[in-house]
Amino acid sequence: MKLTLKIWRQKDAASKGKMVDYPISGVEGDMSFLEMLDVLNEQLINKGEEPVEFDHDCREGICGTCSLQINGEPHGPDRLVTTCQLHMRKFNDGDTIVIEPFRATAFPVLKDLIVDRSALDRIQQSGGYISVNTSGNTVDANAIPINKHDADEAMDAATCIGCGACVAACKNASAMLFTSAKVSQFALLPQGQIEATERVQNMVRQMDLEGFGNCTNTGACEVECPKGISLENIARMNREYYSASLKG
Amino acid sequence: MGILDSKVPAGPLADKWTNHKNQIDLVNPANKRNIDIIIVGTGLAGGAAAATLAELGYNVKTFCYQDSPRRAHSIAAQGGINAAKNYQGDGDSNYRLFYDTVKGGDYRSREANVYRLAEVSANIIDQCVAQGVPFAREYGGLLDNRSFGGVLVSRTFYAKGQTGQQLLLGAYAAMNRQINRGKIKSYTRHEMMDLVKIDGKARGIIARNLVTGEIERHSAHAVVLATGGYGNVFFLSTNAMGSNVMAAWRAHRKGAFFANPCYTQIHPTCIPVSGDHQSKLTLMSESLRNDGRIWVPKRLEDAQAIREGKLTPLQLKEEDRDYYLERRYPAFGNLVPRDVASRAAKERCDAGFGVNKTGEAVYLDFASAIERYGKEKAMTSGIKNPDKNTITTLGKEVIEAKYGNLFQMYEKIVDENPYETPMMIYPAVHYTMGGLWVDYNLQTTVEGCYAAGEANFSDHGANRLGASALMQGLADGYFVLPYTIGDYLSNDIRTGAIPTDAPEFDAAEKEVKDRLSKLMGGKGLHSVDYYHKKLGKIMWNKCGMARNAKHLNEAIEEISALRADFWENVKIPGDANGMNQELEKAGRVADFLELGELFAKDALNRNESCGGHFREEYQTPEGEALRDDENYRYVAAWEYKGAPKDAVLHKEELVYENIELKTRSYK
Ligand SMILES: Cc1cc2nc3c(=O)[nH]c(=O)nc-3n(C[C@H](O)[C@H](O)[C@H](O)COP(=O)(O)OP(=O)(O)OC[C@H]3O[C@@H](n4cnc5c(N)ncnc54)[C@H](O)[C@@H]3O)c2cc1C
Ligand code: SF4
Ligand code: FES
Repeated sequence: MKLTLKIWRQKDAASKGKMVDYPISGVEGDMSFLEMLDVLNEQLINKGEEPVEFDHDCREGICGTCSLQINGEPHGPDRLVTTCQLHMRKFNDGDTIVIEPFRATAFPVLKDLIVDRSALDRIQQSGGYISVNTSGNTVDANAIPINKHDADEAMDAATCIGCGACVAACKNASAMLFTSAKVSQFALLPQGQIEATERVQNMVRQMDLEGFGNCTNTGACEVECPKGISLENIARMNREYYSASLKG
Repeated sequence: MGILDSKVPAGPLADKWTNHKNQIDLVNPANKRNIDIIIVGTGLAGGAAAATLAELGYNVKTFCYQDSPRRAHSIAAQGGINAAKNYQGDGDSNYRLFYDTVKGGDYRSREANVYRLAEVSANIIDQCVAQGVPFAREYGGLLDNRSFGGVLVSRTFYAKGQTGQQLLLGAYAAMNRQINRGKIKSYTRHEMMDLVKIDGKARGIIARNLVTGEIERHSAHAVVLATGGYGNVFFLSTNAMGSNVMAAWRAHRKGAFFANPCYTQIHPTCIPVSGDHQSKLTLMSESLRNDGRIWVPKRLEDAQAIREGKLTPLQLKEEDRDYYLERRYPAFGNLVPRDVASRAAKERCDAGFGVNKTGEAVYLDFASAIERYGKEKAMTSGIKNPDKNTITTLGKEVIEAKYGNLFQMYEKIVDENPYETPMMIYPAVHYTMGGLWVDYNLQTTVEGCYAAGEANFSDHGANRLGASALMQGLADGYFVLPYTIGDYLSNDIRTGAIPTDAPEFDAAEKEVKDRLSKLMGGKGLHSVDYYHKKLGKIMWNKCGMARNAKHLNEAIEEISALRADFWENVKIPGDANGMNQELEKAGRVADFLELGELFAKDALNRNESCGGHFREEYQTPEGEALRDDENYRYVAAWEYKGAPKDAVLHKEELVYENIELKTRSYK
């Protein structure tokens, strides 16, 4: 395949960026999107140019490091995959592909396609945990039976990889899907009940402080989420938040 | 060789850890506030250690090269975590887990460490459930288990195919709680470039801020390295792109012995290589071997026809298939340990029975399991005399519930539907049993420098059993280090903060800066990947699944020459003052180029076959590994003396008091 890539280049956080065109040939369908960029970078390096920097690590769709807005969609056109699991067979010979960083006020660009997503960590730090120490004397695991349905639903929420595609997909750059996934996981489990009120209040407060926008129920986040995190989680978080406000 | 004191406490095996804990010196809470600990790595081992030490009151600094602690490669572990809970009532116990692990490791691990691991394993599950880790459950609400290779009990706990993710997010949450309290300061996008020693003790690190390029000094009273494995020395592996040996290697150069570098695990069930562009390999969890049957065609001509696309696996009749693991190892069948399964796949493919274009793939087939589960599900759903379609549909549903995400991942990568046609798999580099030598307290040969998780060599001998790395990482981090470090730090309550303007920091920082300028100063002929791929080829062809003296000698020469070429001719664009991923890669590859040579040297020294280390010269007439307990029942710990070829061997004799050494048999 021959392709034209239009890629966002930006030297560092302080510099202005611009789109640059790169033709590329010899792309095979079995390549992943990032392997295609590896080929481009190898060519750039050999020509003495600076390679395009992008975030990636596990390359198997689980660490949440890779990002990229591809033709306007976070993680590209395929559904339920991260950029690293997107394969070039989803594109056609002659295509032009526009590659940009995830865009959001809370995600400043650091270089080229790399953004700073530490705001997501700070949301987790504000309450995304259950306060138990490592004592070695916690009760036996089977002393807390949990019905399979709830456990499975908690697991589904817990599979969020923290990639931020939901934010990049949202016209308000809201982090509701991300935040609600963690709130839901704990709301569905008995272990999470004790701190439920504080958790949801603190996490929502931090989300607002970081400059993420409001949720206006467009549902774009769910469509682009590589892990299929459901909008139901947002509804559940809203209920949790409401009952927390009643408790004060 | 007096230096290698494993510090295993006296007394009966089952009492050692308890006795040791009772005799350990404690640090009072007020003093803990005056003690700093650096933890490099935020995977299961580092994350768990950081959270626990911070809970205890120490001031903890964590470092990781990713943009968040949650992205450490532990996140990618799929299949599960072992624990001797005996919830299934199938005869499991601490002793049995201990026994299986020592046997699985081909009698090359330290008894006392492994027993302790088994002993704390049950606590891990309790701890994780308390944190809200959503393990899989049965309909009755209790925890579910599955089996993994090399054992005859069901002791593996799991969270779908994302067990590592859930355990790591548990540790990350525990860290977050401490970050919120101000007890952990987390440095992300930071790479440890060197260890700083003052008066012989580890007192800090030099780190590079990967965003600004700044070289920073960080001091502490103790340093923990939990930086994962070095499988990427092979270029292609199931590790993350950034997984590296830099931190461990820098510590090695500062005096920490490196143990058993040649012990590598080549995992039998990975997606085969598809072409030269390949950047990494993807694991298909071992849990699939619970239900998948491995086979190749019985006849060479069928294999050839399949490779040429003239025949499909579905057309091949049952009697024309060779379920070679079931044939060779009837007792364990498809659930033999990884080293055995990998070598058996290589043997069949080398003999010409491979089933993909490159001839390097075997089938992993779920048809029987789909039928078996389908029938069972029909029964429990009250469907009498179900037809074939119903059975298949129900069976697929069961398989999807168990392995759905793995099947989806396979389909995305290979573009074939594994519910319909058998998966193709081939062995790939996955895990490194070797690592920094540590004593019973997890301290390296540098005082105050500890190593945990995959970065140390401790518990898996020459081969690791499935679902045991997660167990070890969390055991080290949650339950071992917090005690043993406390014992060490009890001598440091009056030391006060370690100043970062000490001459030792100046020297280490200068060394790091010089090295970076040297890298940037290469002549600029070839990219870093060019060298990394070359190194990977040498490693895979000459230090891979089957090794011999001739190849290992060649590997040593070739790697050493490649290293010289690298330093002269590597090409790194941009500069060192800012984000530069090529420079990051270059630093890592530079260290792999040293480790690779030591790896080959270690493999050459070990004139026996054991676990993942298979020397062609040492095998039984049936092609099974031939161990030499008389001459090689030791840990090979290498001391740095400049070039890898000058490394000096120290032996830790392994003593077996509670287990009888036997030839491993899975027949
Ligand atoms: C695909 C895959 C599947 C697996 N499945 C299983 C399984 O089902 N069951 C099982 O038991 N085991 C499994 N394993 C093995 C297991 O996941 C790992 O051995 C284990 O998670 C390693 O944990 P760790 O904490 O030692 O290191 P890691 O999780 O690798 O963490 C390393 C940390 O060190 C940091 N780091 C590294 N170098 C530096 C540096 N120079 N400076 C700063 N920071 C640095 C990284 O940023 C990271 O935070 C699997 C492994 C892989 C690759
Ligand atoms: S909710 Fe989905 S899109 Fe958002 S961070 Fe989590 S995995 Fe990514
Ligand atoms: S690189 Fe890990 S999810 Fe894409």
